[in-house]
Amino acid sequence: MDVTGITGNIATIGFGLAALGPGIGLGIMVAKTQEATARQPEVAGLLRTNMFIALAAIEALGLIGFAAGFVF
Amino acid sequence: MLFEGTVFELNRIILIRILATLVLVTLFWIAASRARLVPNRGQNVAEMALDFVRVNIAEDIIGKDTARRFVPLLTTIFFAVLAANITGVVPGLNIASSSLIGFPLVMAVISFVAFIVVGVKAHGAVGYLRTTLFPSGVPWPVYIILTPIELISTFILRPATLTIRLLVNMVAGHLLLVLCFGATHYLFFEAAGALKAVGAVTLAAGFAFTLFEIFIAALQAYIFTLLSAVYISISQESH
Repeated sequence: MDVTGITGNIATIGFGLAALGPGIGLGIMVAKTQEATARQPEVAGLLRTNMFIALAAIEALGLIGFAAGFVF
Repeated sequence: MLFEGTVFELNRIILIRILATLVLVTLFWIAASRARLVPNRGQNVAEMALDFVRVNIAEDIIGKDTARRFVPLLTTIFFAVLAANITGVVPGLNIASSSLIGFPLVMAVISFVAFIVVGVKAHGAVGYLRTTLFPSGVPWPVYIILTPIELISTFILRPATLTIRLLVNMVAGHLLLVLCFGATHYLFFEAAGALKAVGAVTLAAGFAFTLFEIFIAALQAYIFTLLSAVYISISQESH
């Protein structure tokens, strides 16, 4: 396949690229929360709340990628 | 569009917002007017929902002693956002009324004003700016980097991300449902031969995403309220 022959706009794959980082981040966050809950089940509620706060911060990155497609 | 050309011009989303507000007010009015010491089933559900905001959000984040002042605000934010979000999966309405920027923006501004007022009340205007922009416990050259970052993140990024998070979640959810059911319509009625069978898959996906949207609507209302509580608690505590 001739890669140089591909034409089009980089924005087509832009959201795919923008979703990569938050995807990895969410995976690490959930995995670590699960680990921590398994080690100390008695603080599961606090860990879950903190997980949702971190989720909101990570999610915003992916969503800005989505919104940027409409703006630019 | 109703009343087109006048100042009372209404489009579909505004109508849905008014409807969602009326339903929300009616539900709580019914729950409140029939409140008894020994609750019946409906009152139990209402109390569980109110208790969730009070205990799981306000008291867990802000702290048991000081949370009481903020429970009405957080409860209002939670149920307003939930009512606006859930219309996205109600048959016949079919679009979340928070999927135009007006609603998330107003909610974010309310939360923004709330945490600034709380901070100013707790520390005074100058004290609040000092604790926010110059957090103690770092050597002074760090402020050259830290202060601009804190300024942007507290006063611009907080309300902006609150708005964008809610808005984009609802827009993306609506697009997903439209894609699934639009594809089902096309595959069933216009596609040729064996492709029609694929329509069953997109129909099932549409139902799955509808359930997912209910979950997202509740989750976004929870996160919006949770972050408002976190911001209030951060501007309240002293450094």
